[in-house]
Amino acid sequence: MRAFDYTRPASIEEAVAAWTPGAAYLGGGTNLVDLMKTGAMGPAKLIDLTCLPGLDAIEVKGDGSTRIGALVRNSDLAHNRDFAARFPMVAEAILAGASAQLRNAATVGGNLVQHTRCPFFQDGISACNRRDPGIGCDAIGGDTGSMAVLGWSQSCIATHPSDFAVPLAALDAVIEIAGPNGSREVPMAEFHRLPGDTPEKETALEPGEIVTAIRLPAEAAAFAAHSRYLKLRERTSFAFALVSAAAALVIEDGRIAAARLALGAVAAKPWRVAGAEALMVGEPPSPELFARAATAAMEGAMPSGDNAHKIELARRTAARALARAAAGTPAEMPALPASVFGDPAHA
Amino acid sequence: MPDPIPMPTRFGSSGQPVTRRDGVAKVTGAATFAADNHPNGLLHAVYVPATIARGRVVSMDVAAARAHPGVVEVYTPDNSLKLAGDPDAKPFMFAFRMHVLQTDRIAYANQPIALVVAETIEAANEGARLLAPVYEAETPRVTLDDAEGYKPEAAGFGAAETVHGDVEAGHAAAAKSVDLTYETPSQYHNAMETHAVVAEWDGDRLTLDLPNQAIVMSKAAYGYYFGIPPQNVLIRSPYLGGGFGSKAMSHAPVMLAIAAARAIGRPVKLMLRRDQMFGPVGHRGATRQHIRIGIDGDARMTVLDHHSLSATSTFDDFIEPAANASQGLYDAGALRSSHTGVRLDVGTPGPMRAPGEASGSAVLECAMDEMAEAAGMDPLEFRLKNYAETEPGTGKPYSSKALRECYAQGAEHFGWAGRPLEAGTMRDEAGMLVGWGMGTALFHAPMFAAEARATLRPDGTGLVETGAADMGQGAWTALAQIAADALGLPLDKVEFRAGTSDLPDGGVAGGSGHTATAGGALHSAGMDAIARLAEIATADPASPLHGAGNATIVARDGRLVVEGDEERGEDFATIIARAGGEAVVGTGGASRPPEAGAAHAMYAHGAVFAEVKVDPELYQMRVTRLVGAFAAGRIINPKLAESQLYGGMIWGLSFALHEEARHDRRTGRIVNGDLAGYHVPVNADVTGFDVITVHEDDPYVNALGIKGVGEIGITGTVGAIANAIRHATGTRVRRFPIRIEDLLAGG
Ligand SMILES: Cc1cc2nc3c(=O)[nH]c(=O)nc-3n(C[C@H](O)[C@H](O)[C@H](O)COP(=O)(O)OP(=O)(O)OC[C@H]3O[C@@H](n4cnc5c(N)ncnc54)[C@H](O)[C@@H]3O)c2cc1C
Repeated sequence: MRAFDYTRPASIEEAVAAWTPGAAYLGGGTNLVDLMKTGAMGPAKLIDLTCLPGLDAIEVKGDGSTRIGALVRNSDLAHNRDFAARFPMVAEAILAGASAQLRNAATVGGNLVQHTRCPFFQDGISACNRRDPGIGCDAIGGDTGSMAVLGWSQSCIATHPSDFAVPLAALDAVIEIAGPNGSREVPMAEFHRLPGDTPEKETALEPGEIVTAIRLPAEAAAFAAHSRYLKLRERTSFAFALVSAAAALVIEDGRIAAARLALGAVAAKPWRVAGAEALMVGEPPSPELFARAATAAMEGAMPSGDNAHKIELARRTAARALARAAAGTPAEMPALPASVFGDPAHA
Repeated sequence: MPDPIPMPTRFGSSGQPVTRRDGVAKVTGAATFAADNHPNGLLHAVYVPATIARGRVVSMDVAAARAHPGVVEVYTPDNSLKLAGDPDAKPFMFAFRMHVLQTDRIAYANQPIALVVAETIEAANEGARLLAPVYEAETPRVTLDDAEGYKPEAAGFGAAETVHGDVEAGHAAAAKSVDLTYETPSQYHNAMETHAVVAEWDGDRLTLDLPNQAIVMSKAAYGYYFGIPPQNVLIRSPYLGGGFGSKAMSHAPVMLAIAAARAIGRPVKLMLRRDQMFGPVGHRGATRQHIRIGIDGDARMTVLDHHSLSATSTFDDFIEPAANASQGLYDAGALRSSHTGVRLDVGTPGPMRAPGEASGSAVLECAMDEMAEAAGMDPLEFRLKNYAETEPGTGKPYSSKALRECYAQGAEHFGWAGRPLEAGTMRDEAGMLVGWGMGTALFHAPMFAAEARATLRPDGTGLVETGAADMGQGAWTALAQIAADALGLPLDKVEFRAGTSDLPDGGVAGGSGHTATAGGALHSAGMDAIARLAEIATADPASPLHGAGNATIVARDGRLVVEGDEERGEDFATIIARAGGEAVVGTGGASRPPEAGAAHAMYAHGAVFAEVKVDPELYQMRVTRLVGAFAAGRIINPKLAESQLYGGMIWGLSFALHEEARHDRRTGRIVNGDLAGYHVPVNADVTGFDVITVHEDDPYVNALGIKGVGEIGITGTVGAIANAIRHATGTRVRRFPIRIEDLLAGG
């Protein structure tokens, strides 16, 4: 591991001022430190954000929105009863990710900004345009089981691994940012970026910018009664998604009044298609409707290698997540959150 | 037939579910593992792994690495550390060829190409990074189709080909048959504790803190490689964080650290990073198995013909003896196990928990299921139909075989009787597909050689010593129980010393034979000490035992007493005090006489029943119940034995659904070489497990009637789970691990 400087600023202003090219912000370190060990990342300076004041609260604001400080630990958010009651699929998604130990350490800011698990990025050895723009992409033609089937380009086929980001995208979260040029906000839909020709630009963050908070708008709580996250994976827990889906509905008089659907692990960002949501509005919930919506959400999907199965699995996962949402949010968090085996019958 | 070996000992401590004695030390961090040692002047070494699988190193920036502050020395093939013994020779059983910088050629990814030694681990790592090797890469061969097969001389530690009966006639006589090809991937042991060493030289004396499964035997290996007498090597290995077969032999990175310590004249520590476990320290090689079974009109097997194409490296020969798993179990008219090797650009495979048995049983038990299905029979009924009363092929009687009871108790506990023959017919209340499958477990019951010493101290307590190894299986506890029984002392009055190489040879902790072997030695040493004490007492006119005659004297609760007249006796301390206060020392050994092995076939047996649930559209799988009934001779400690059997079954689950090292075909690198990517089951995957130990007395296997429990749990389990998936879904997947996309494609 390369030698690096370490600073622990006491305010956001100090943190931003400490930033110099080649520096990295440190949250829980569960992703960044691993990448420093493999050599995939080699920051000259670590700016430890974990002691910044005021960023570890979950607050309901005057306008009804909910603001989650960037330093709130993943577990603290998922286990906050008020939060989980209003945004059950966000809590379910967090609890479906990583392990209890990792969730205790990881911050929500770090979770959003975490890097792809593409092995060719992570190993620090293979050609990777995200790490070294222009050098090429060894993932193409390699082991593509975890790679994208939507929105990929010839320069990068990686996916974003966060479970948490998927329901946030579905609920139109807003990311609050502070940086050298002041503060700004970015809608979740624009926060993660598709690779195009510049896969090294993973998020909307400009150099030196910090995620300070994640805000869920007041309307997002309207879905509480019908929202689920479903994550297909190769073991019952502690595995990244093969594919996942966050589905949220408002059902009035037996008809869908509002619908949200976002897919995870299929692209470099959580995947949302307006048309797929719109076609459900005004309709009574049914398996056929959900199958149509899922198909619409996956429109344009293309294997990026030997991963065509992900397209069909993503459709089925989306349809199932919608069916689960329609059936209603369970009163208690399932013992196996977001699991195929999470139905009460399997508890 | 020789007489059964008498069993004179009354079992007190043994048979009890004693909690492992080292448990608290381990969970509190007090237990000292090899890398926890920090002798004065310690240097840190890291080895630089090749990032291609085939080719050569053209250059490395040694100057940059040396210039890094804290770096003490950099070793490459240009200034390699010379060993006294030839790393390419194989002078003893567990010797594997090693890459210790004798060449710039690269034969597998993660092969050591340099060693950097520094004052701190950080400096060593940075020095390693600065080397930035430049390669001349060649196209690697990493799949079974990438090279021609060859005829191996041996398979694993056994025969490459075994034939009983007329195989062609068996095929010809078949009324029905199956002809199947299955694949198993390469798998890596990944013990929780990675390989590590702290090496310290004092002249030509070498002290190693080293996790090791063959502690005393390894002295000779290190003596050979470093040109010193074996007795100059001291290996300390009090605890291992798992071994699974990979810690019985010497490995290149460890050798380099030891050589560097000698060259520099300071102690050196090396501990592998998790990703470095994928290559230089052995693994279970990939196989493609071709298996054919034929049955006559009465569903009796006319032939069982099992062939394995097994991968090995380009520079050594160990191949997974998968086909040998078909020996010893089913009563087929003709029986053939054969192997072909294929040389790939991978590290040399080695023994990994149930080597051969794991991958061979997986395929055998699936094939038996396919045959039963083709015959329209219940899989258990089909196995009972072909139950072997004597060892197939050899006709030898079994020393004991309670497999019928395993089938019966396992099936009863599981509720197998209600199983529909047809696949895809069972659903649970949530709509999940449900399937039931079973498999037979089989593992040979070997004994190796071990010695031990038992001392009765003047205060009447005991000290027992043997260089046994506790890999986490509980040897510290189970072996002490055996010794306490032999000495007629309660467990807390016996001090047990093991885990260092200056003790009597405790043998190899492997092959599921350690409790039988080291335990046998401890038992015989204890009996010897008691016999000596009895001789003193019976010869002493002042003792109530005077003239009692040795034969009738037994040890009970710290006293020698006359069998059947326990009032007549005396405690150990009194006897010793009157005799002058000198401790009484007994010695003993254990091994199996060749005649005993020739007279009987010796195996542990079991039956495993699995229930799986599978989502009918998304195909995620979960094992919801797994019942294993095992007959493995005398169980010394039920708690530890069950834990071993559970561990084996979990390993089987891992084999069936999770474990696979995936190679990049262009570079030969393993792309999932860490525990985030190389999956094993997590707690949430391990539910509904039940272990039944079926009573079994075995008068032939050894003096204590002990078979092994360390590996058998894997066998049977893999097939049971795969068969249950087939039963749930109707899809038969013939490669492991079984994946969601395989069922999607089949469904
Ligand atoms: C074995 C394993 C399994 C996992 N499984 C899952 C899973 O199933 N699902 C899942 O969703 N996740 C999973 N994770 C990933 C885990 O969620 C992330 O590692 C974690 O959320 C990152 O948070 P952190 O605070 O530790 O981030 P860090 O590691 O500290 O940072 C990650 C990145 O974000 C940047 N960063 C951190 N905070 C900020 C900020 N406030 N502003 C700007 N940039 C910032 C850092 O510079 C760095 O580039 C797994 C991780 C591991 C190691």
